Amino acid sequence: MAHPKRKISKSRRDKRRTHYKDKAPTLSKCANCGDLKLSHRACPACGYYAGRSMFVPES
Amino acid sequence: MRHGVKGRKLNRTASHRVATFRNLATALLRYKKIKTTTAKAKELRVFVEPLITKAKDDSVASRRLVARHIKDKEVLKELFTEIIEKVGDRAGGYTRVVKLGRRYGDAAEMSLIELVDFNDIINTEMKAKSAEKKAKKEAKVAAEEAKAAAEVDEIEDAQVVEETTEQVVEETTEASEVKAEETKTDETDEAEEEKKN
Repeated sequence: MAHPKRKISKSRRDKRRTHYKDKAPTLSKCANCGDLKLSHRACPACGYYAGRSMFVPES
Repeated sequence: MRHGVKGRKLNRTASHRVATFRNLATALLRYKKIKTTTAKAKELRVFVEPLITKAKDDSVASRRLVARHIKDKEVLKELFTEIIEKVGDRAGGYTRVVKLGRRYGDAAEMSLIELVDFNDIINTEMKAKSAEKKAKKEAKVAAEEAKAAAEVDEIEDAQVVEETTEQVVEETTEASEVKAEETKTDETDEAEEEKKN
């Protein structure tokens, strides 16, 4: 089986990893409480989804 | 290729998968609302909904069919009595899945799965809304009737109204002319006074 001839240097490895980036989540405002929430998900702050209360949050 | 292969394997063997769904279905029927991963919630719909449909026919045969999956006798009894009663005529779509976001720990997408007819928050809200709509509709109808009645009166009054408006217009033009003359005379008086000083 073919094998790597050389160890990948820290420099090469790290250069490859410069393209591994995180993206910020796209958030929108909850129509009920105005808190930031993910779209297509119930609001974690007030428990509302699609203008209706799905659950009452613990707090 | 996995063309047309339905369902999720959920990293389980066939027997483990069935056991999982039986447990989840029992939990859902007992508590009416459970929190699980989105993948399991979506698969659970496919598993419980036929059971609920089956339970609509309360016969020994269907009870035994459902009892193969719902091992808890109390839950089974409740399904065939209380749950079926509340479900009523609903033809499928007994459950609702709402995504909640990711779980802390393994970042698994979590969901809430519930029996549609057992969400008291929504059902009371819907009732309030439909009552509100009804009230609005009635108010609208009443307003339209009042409007129609008012229109009849208006037609009778229309000619009178036109005459009065003409009179008003004439009066206002006269009034403005008088005002203009007054201001003119004031200005000339002031100018004369300044000359005297």
